[in-house]
Amino acid sequence: MAERYIARGLEVAARMLGDEMMVMSTTDSTFFTLNAVATVIWEAADGRTPLSEIVAIKICKEFDVDQERAQRGADRFVDELSQHGILLVSEHPLVQSSTSPESR
Amino acid sequence: MTLLSEMNQKALDLGVPLSAHLDLTYRCNERCVHCYLDHDDHGEMTTAEIADLLVQLADAGVFFLSLSGGEVFMRRDLFEIIEKARQLRFNVKVKTNGVMIGKGEAARLRRLGVEQIQISVYSHRPEVHDAITKLPGSLARTIRAIRFLKSEGLKVSVSNVVMNANLADQSGVMMLARELGAEYTLDPTITPKLDGDRSILALRIPGAELRQIFHNPELVGNVEEFCAAPPPPGEEIMEGFACSAGHTACYISPYGDVFPCVQFPLPSGNVRRQRFLDIWRHSPQLREVRSIRAKDLPTCSTCAHVGTCTRCPGLAYMEGNMRGPSTADCEKSFLRTGIASANMLARGYTGAAGTLIQIQPLADLSYLGTGQESGFLAAGGV
Repeated sequence: MAERYIARGLEVAARMLGDEMMVMSTTDSTFFTLNAVATVIWEAADGRTPLSEIVAIKICKEFDVDQERAQRGADRFVDELSQHGILLVSEHPLVQSSTSPESR
Repeated sequence: MTLLSEMNQKALDLGVPLSAHLDLTYRCNERCVHCYLDHDDHGEMTTAEIADLLVQLADAGVFFLSLSGGEVFMRRDLFEIIEKARQLRFNVKVKTNGVMIGKGEAARLRRLGVEQIQISVYSHRPEVHDAITKLPGSLARTIRAIRFLKSEGLKVSVSNVVMNANLADQSGVMMLARELGAEYTLDPTITPKLDGDRSILALRIPGAELRQIFHNPELVGNVEEFCAAPPPPGEEIMEGFACSAGHTACYISPYGDVFPCVQFPLPSGNVRRQRFLDIWRHSPQLREVRSIRAKDLPTCSTCAHVGTCTRCPGLAYMEGNMRGPSTADCEKSFLRTGIASANMLARGYTGAAGTLIQIQPLADLSYLGTGQESGFLAAGGV
């Protein structure tokens, strides 16, 4: 699979609640809660860091999980959220603010 | 339990204000006969004050933000405020009469990612709607706005406040909403004016009419279930709370005053003098509201309806005691089920139906019933 870059969608509402991130598409009102691992990917989705790098650096090390399994899970997560415009996916870097105001 | 109700419970456990209703102004271009507000500017928060407040609300954990008024489009800085709110990733809902929404405004709301626009419509007939708003041509402008908003793909909810003057047009408004592709919510809530004037309560629809509404499957779904006799309350009910007011929700006026709810005028602090989170966590008024369990309600704890009543603590407060009954809801429970409430019996109810006046806006339930939810991320994620 080609390298993938992910960015947080613009038409999304998001907020941390305790240890979970709530995200909602403002276009179709789909509502998700992200667990700790998914939240790390969400927060790292700056459009510039390749997904594989996020998985290797942020997930495998912090959550003690092997690269292949983590990558599979991350791909599924990205596919699901991108269907609702919550994450934007590209084979090339995306321009986006690196700040994540919902988890201030 | 839906994913969102799980989040509500979590917010309750953590003491997080999941939703906030912020009135940006009390000024309005309509003069609706049932409005509880004055229409003057007594010193609204500035753009900078609101921007700072939004940051505080985000920090406090607010996710659902309702921007309302008055008429929000009377604020020239409305789009600046919405833009700031969306930068902070709030789920933004805008309540408006739509009169000032043209094609450009609709497109901008769409670009900013507003999740829902709620628009008040009183009748499908201009002579009725415009007589209520006292603004000639208002229905035509409101309908035009809904069409612009829908053409942008925005979710629109038509809020139909029902009173004596427009009760006959309720089904007409529902059909109009359907034709426009908008959701429809019925709201028979008429509350006293903020200055204490209760004269507008005469506009409330009579109980017999509300009984018909409660038995209309198009409005309530399963009538048998909706109008069923209440089951005996268990311990969980008696240890429970009335509603989200002050627990996971709050209201902030254009002047920065914080209240448990827009319908609960208990002043609890002012964001011009205190940080929002300090008010939310430490206000004696909010703490008192939070301390009240069903078992603490002198009359209602003995009532058959205690577990199913939509008792509004704000209306009870306006009647003089936040721990007391909300008479309108007593009557509503009675009209729904045919079983008199403890309050009605204490007042010497003899069988004559009272005047039913208040119902929880159906719109408030929209977040619980719309859209898809995915449990897999919550359950395991990646």
